[in-house]
Amino acid sequence: MDFTAVLAQTKPKLGCVADNLAAIKEQVVKAREAGADLIVFPELALSGYFLKDLVPEVALRINSPEISGLVELSTGISIAIGFVEETDDYHFFNSALYLENGKIRHLHRKVYLPTYGLFDEQRYLAHGESFRAFDTKFGRFGMLICEDMWHLSASYILAMDGATTLICLSSSPARGIDGDSLGSASAWQKLVSTTAMFLNCRVLYSNRVGFEDGVNFWGGSEYIAPSGESIARGALLEEDFVTARVAEGALRRERIFSPMMRDENLFVTMQELGRIAHERRR
Amino acid sequence: MAGLIANTELLRKLLVGFVKDEVRKVGISKVVLGLSGGIDSALVAFIAAEALGPENVHAICMPYSSSNPESEAHARLVAMSCGINFSVLPITAMVDAYFGMFPVADNMRRGNKMARERMTILFDHSALLHALVLGTSNKTELLLGYGTLYGDMASALNPIGDIYKSQVWQLSAAMGIPAAVIEKQPSADLWAGQTDEEELGFSYRQADELLYQMVDQRLTKPELVAAGFGREFVETIYSKIQSSHFKRRLPIIAKVSNRTIDRDFRYARDWGK
Repeated sequence: MDFTAVLAQTKPKLGCVADNLAAIKEQVVKAREAGADLIVFPELALSGYFLKDLVPEVALRINSPEISGLVELSTGISIAIGFVEETDDYHFFNSALYLENGKIRHLHRKVYLPTYGLFDEQRYLAHGESFRAFDTKFGRFGMLICEDMWHLSASYILAMDGATTLICLSSSPARGIDGDSLGSASAWQKLVSTTAMFLNCRVLYSNRVGFEDGVNFWGGSEYIAPSGESIARGALLEEDFVTARVAEGALRRERIFSPMMRDENLFVTMQELGRIAHERRR
Repeated sequence: MAGLIANTELLRKLLVGFVKDEVRKVGISKVVLGLSGGIDSALVAFIAAEALGPENVHAICMPYSSSNPESEAHARLVAMSCGINFSVLPITAMVDAYFGMFPVADNMRRGNKMARERMTILFDHSALLHALVLGTSNKTELLLGYGTLYGDMASALNPIGDIYKSQVWQLSAAMGIPAAVIEKQPSADLWAGQTDEEELGFSYRQADELLYQMVDQRLTKPELVAAGFGREFVETIYSKIQSSHFKRRLPIIAKVSNRTIDRDFRYARDWGK
């Protein structure tokens, strides 16, 4: 079905869950009043990104009052949001929730934690172990958190699991000043467009803005149609509230024009991956 | 070299945004900086004026008796052209009072003392004006260690510490910094006739091309030599980076507890901001 999604390009305060939660609730209400059906927040929208030793301090259980408040808000509008999750066995995950009709519809834990260059996630966080598509009011979705999307297999698995919409929550730092546009923005724009084209999926990409210790997050949140075409794109480096009208017809038409996912041979893929895994074990 | 050619429109936006965001998020609206008459501090002054409004930028020119009078004239010109607050505070009396006790001190000691004298003035004005001190060291100087620790390297925020001198020139031209300031020979101006390039023994453009390949692109020494850089030049620059590394780090702390500051007690400076 057709639906309206808002990509909330926010500027979280580092380590200030209460402040961020209040701002997020305002955005949810604003989106709902504007008639949106879904609002997508960035990765770690509740806490900020370069948390380091703050991880245990900002972590929330999925039954915490903060998360429960957001779950309740999801009666009128679906919500995708990133936060640090604490589990019963005291592991901390970079997680994303999909909330719908006052319930948690899906929890994704970031699988690929970047630990190179300016990133240090594996030092502080545990990694997730699955990519699962899930059903929503608007069709079958898959969620990815930032670096997850740079692994072809992640989007591929979600698409093979039936997802026709990929949501990516991101905290991508700005870098690369020698090209026509920002280096990291160009790289991501290519990635989301190519992923959409390969998998005949739409992509809803929500990236934050603001600075943390001199690192600037670049925004540019984007809705990509299944053809790979960018339909709506947020401002670079500034807060934004991007409204995307998502048309079911465009998905259907693209899947008729380019039926690659229909023809994708899961058997061949599994056979070859099985062989590679077997050979690596030897 | 392509990698050193900056998209100045984008770079300007990033650096202006940096000053605006990082200053205001700590509840402050003003900045103070030393204006030497050279291009680095001129660029920082222009960036700050655009970010915070010229009325919120305080520039102080701090000449010593041996400073070239042209430097003060250029500092004044820069301040006028971007409309920021400007004052002149000579450091001769303070520096001479000290070296009256050490009359045989060499140029390096005198230069370091002057740089640190200026630092104390800037940080005093930070308290006086409720303003953050902006740093004006570029990436070339920081990597080569061509600066005084706790002197000109000291600041609260440095907008240009990740751009090379060649990029400072490009952005300065794009932002309309007076041509006289862009075109003159870079100088620390610690004594008469001093120029950076003579003292370093190579030009900034040469150094920047090598630093870019070595630091940003991570080419190995054999790859750099194969790319046409002189073996000796590569070794010189490499050892300058290595021997000055202490200047780019906090003082090291003897570890005795489970949580030592900056080793296993790690928080971003923007914690809670």
